[in-house]
Amino acid sequence: MSAAAFTTVIGLEVHVQLKTRTKLFCRCSTQFGAPPNTQTCEVCLGLPGSLPVMNRRAVELALRAAVALHCDIPTLTKWDRKNYYYPDLPKGYQISQYDLPLSRDGYLDLPDPQGAGTPRRVRILRAHLEEDAGKSMHDEVAGHADSRIDLNRAGTPLLEIVTQPDLRSPTEARFFLNELKLLLSYLDVSDCNMQEGSLRVDANVNLHLDTPRGRVATPIVEIKNMNSFRAVERALAYEAQRQGDEWRTTGRTLGEVPKQTRGWDDQAQVTRGQRHKEESSDYRYFPEPDLVPVTVRPEEVAAVRAALTALPATRRAQLVAHHGLDPYDADVLVNQGPALVDYFEQTVACGADARRASNWLQQDVLRTLNERGLTIQQLPVPAAGLAELLRSVAAGELETTRARQVFQRMVETGATVAAARQALGIVQVASEDLLELCRTLLAEHPHIVRDVRGGKTQALGALIGKARQRNPNVDPARVKAICSELIAAADTP
Amino acid sequence: MRLIHLTVAQLRDALAAGHVSARDVTQACLDEIRRVEASIGAYLAVDEAGALAQAAESDGRRAAGRARSPLDGVPIALKDNLCTRGQATTCSSRMLAQFVPPYDATVVQKLRAAGLVLLGKTNLDEFAMGGSTENAALGTTRNPWDLRRVPGGSSGGSAAAVAARTVPGAIGSDTGGSIRQPAAYCGIVGLKPTYGRVSRYGLIAFASSLDQVGPMTRTAEDAALLLELIAGPDPRDATCALRPVPAYSQTLDQDLAGLRLGVVREHFEAGLDDAVRQAVQSALEVFRSLGATIHDVSLPHSRYGIATYYLIASCEASSNLARYDGVHFGYRTDESALLRALAEERGSAAAPDEVDTPLVRLYRQSRSEALGAEVQRRIMLGTYALSAGYYEAYYLQALRVRRLIRSDFDRAFGEVDLLLGPTTPSPAFCAGEKLADPLSMYLEDLYTVTANLAGIAGLALPCGFTRGGLPVGLQLLAPPFEEARLLAAGHRYQQRTDWHTHVPELP
Ligand SMILES: [Zn+2]
Repeated sequence: MSAAAFTTVIGLEVHVQLKTRTKLFCRCSTQFGAPPNTQTCEVCLGLPGSLPVMNRRAVELALRAAVALHCDIPTLTKWDRKNYYYPDLPKGYQISQYDLPLSRDGYLDLPDPQGAGTPRRVRILRAHLEEDAGKSMHDEVAGHADSRIDLNRAGTPLLEIVTQPDLRSPTEARFFLNELKLLLSYLDVSDCNMQEGSLRVDANVNLHLDTPRGRVATPIVEIKNMNSFRAVERALAYEAQRQGDEWRTTGRTLGEVPKQTRGWDDQAQVTRGQRHKEESSDYRYFPEPDLVPVTVRPEEVAAVRAALTALPATRRAQLVAHHGLDPYDADVLVNQGPALVDYFEQTVACGADARRASNWLQQDVLRTLNERGLTIQQLPVPAAGLAELLRSVAAGELETTRARQVFQRMVETGATVAAARQALGIVQVASEDLLELCRTLLAEHPHIVRDVRGGKTQALGALIGKARQRNPNVDPARVKAICSELIAAADTP
Repeated sequence: MRLIHLTVAQLRDALAAGHVSARDVTQACLDEIRRVEASIGAYLAVDEAGALAQAAESDGRRAAGRARSPLDGVPIALKDNLCTRGQATTCSSRMLAQFVPPYDATVVQKLRAAGLVLLGKTNLDEFAMGGSTENAALGTTRNPWDLRRVPGGSSGGSAAAVAARTVPGAIGSDTGGSIRQPAAYCGIVGLKPTYGRVSRYGLIAFASSLDQVGPMTRTAEDAALLLELIAGPDPRDATCALRPVPAYSQTLDQDLAGLRLGVVREHFEAGLDDAVRQAVQSALEVFRSLGATIHDVSLPHSRYGIATYYLIASCEASSNLARYDGVHFGYRTDESALLRALAEERGSAAAPDEVDTPLVRLYRQSRSEALGAEVQRRIMLGTYALSAGYYEAYYLQALRVRRLIRSDFDRAFGEVDLLLGPTTPSPAFCAGEKLADPLSMYLEDLYTVTANLAGIAGLALPCGFTRGGLPVGLQLLAPPFEEARLLAAGHRYQQRTDWHTHVPELP
């Protein structure tokens, strides 16, 4: 078969752990990293006789996310049991939501990275709550396979967000995940840490091909085991390629084979077929009789909506409209999280130039945070301090190199701008002193004066270096200007 | 009068007056257990040392004027599906034969807090599934009135223990009649409270939307005293009602004049044993003489009760019992034998089975070996009914009928205050008689299951004997949370009759 024009059609299922202090149905801690099976009780161990009691906080956090995703929120939502056997599922069922999810029919707009055109709208099919399972660890030591189960995670609240198949490329899928993660961190509902498993992604993908016989679709494949957004992108790209190849070989289309589950092998960078566990299972959903349905009053939804802080899209727009940043810079700042945007706005409010502040944040501040493993809240330099520093630069009192030294000093010691300048011996050089220094330098280096007169203005650079050796506080730009003037003045008869 | 013949209320007074000690009462119960248990088999475990220690502590509290409640020092037995911290809780199943819960059921906590002496754990049909206590894997219980006969079930051990006078009161659980039916068979009082009246926390689940814990005693007054202790809101059970608990024992002497009693027409149709019919008819006359007015009432959907009940209960059970998989707790098949078998199969040329993996084998063998036939039957029934393609026709349909049954009761209670009828179609049957015919066993729940489906309260009371000397049970049903009305009617009836004072003669 010949090559055909095709579209990659992708839908995502994202599980995020909600930031509650305790689990969804018991009072055990959700803290990550505790020794195995130390954060458990009879409820999350599924011991006979134990009963779940809902953690209302999880519903509140889920509502916040659902509202931010523009979902419809019905007044009644209920719990269902999803029945299946697995060693990390101690009750033999997962408490989830089936036919009356907490929310449905929303969307998330993806910003155009170029800042032009209309945003891409990705529809959200539903977002519902469920409990997490435990973690299975398979040790294969010395030929002896051993499985260990850690139930610390069992019962942690998860929000499952399911998109419509609206994504059209692996890169777009990664953009979506970035934007979703950003949104959830602005909402403060999840840590979204893929390494710690607080965000997990499964993807459904197939190809729509234009053929002489019309449009056909390849069988849908669900991809699991992707442990980073980049892995999602790569796995989808690999899978699109693989499905195209397979279609060219077999010609099989959607409906002719059951939905397949494939796992991403990050080492080999391929997807591999998994055992037909998923497609053969019938979860026998039915209403959870141990819990009562949850009512969500419209006033409650309204209160959640009213309490929503500015979300990424809004803040990007504000940075462009109110502070004159270009969309690219606004995006970089917003992607760093709400605290950094707050810091930026405070810096500007304290009199710093917006563009200069944006540049400093993107370079010096972010580098410092990365090097020192700090959050913006932990940075020893308050926004007002940075603003003062940037004002000095703008006023010409400090040149940039010196300002960087002052900033580092402030970071290291927590000093004010003035104290840091003093400690570094940075004082402004008086005009007469600077004039005197320039005269001396010109007298001492007649060959440079000759070179400059001969048209080699770059020779002035050597003078600047010598000026700074004599007095580190001189402003190179002014040295250059004064020397040029002096040479020019000497030329005129 | 011998100590073992005292009711809970009489013991309360005797203990308060200092006429008896908790230790004496407890010792009397233990002595009687030693005397009759070999022929009855009501208990799976008797905590002799623990009970005597609790009794001694109770006496100490009373002597110091710090009794925890009026019932401090009264012995009680617990159906062995109620979790007791540090003590095996088996559900009379091989699956849980070694299971020791790390926590107490809320009901057990409340009994301990009130100072009652926990005497032991009583036998039941495995996981409370059955109506004869013959499906028990860990013991055999017989009816104290006729040792060839079953005590009923599933709370057969609790019923037999109370009837045999080895304990003044016991706690049972009722999913489709499991308190009321054995109470009727054993000639005692059994109360199934309204769904949500008593916490289910720590009751090992059979069918979560139907299960309810309740007292089994010799008098309605005793049932009131125990219900007062065990009822009430529980933050650990989301389905437990937030209503305060009335002082049931203080409102027993209500005048029944003008009480509207509804006689359920469908409970007197074909299949009802003559002796039972006659005993219930005479009970009706007693109520008439107490001033009640009698009304004919129809519950048209009650004939679908059994089918509806067995669908819903089995569906929930299939999920509730999924946790018994041999992985986390309970019975696990012989692992080394399984590994040997797997190694041998690997040695042969056969390709590894994609479906029957080693893990699935572990599940299958553990469950097949440790769960009894009736439990397996219901798990299969429930699994089938919840499966894709059948869910609509079975489970959803059953939920619809359940709503109809509930509205039958709503309508009936719009016209009458209580409903009256037999508890069971016939008296206790012989051991083994119905084992080969589960359906006829299920039909013994005909009059009781609808109360569970509707979530209302029901009380079984002794109301006579057959010519052969077997007790007959009367059933009174009340609207949700009207236990006070139910218990008062039962109490007034017992003041007029002496059926509850008859004692089975044991060798
Ligand atoms: Zn827990």
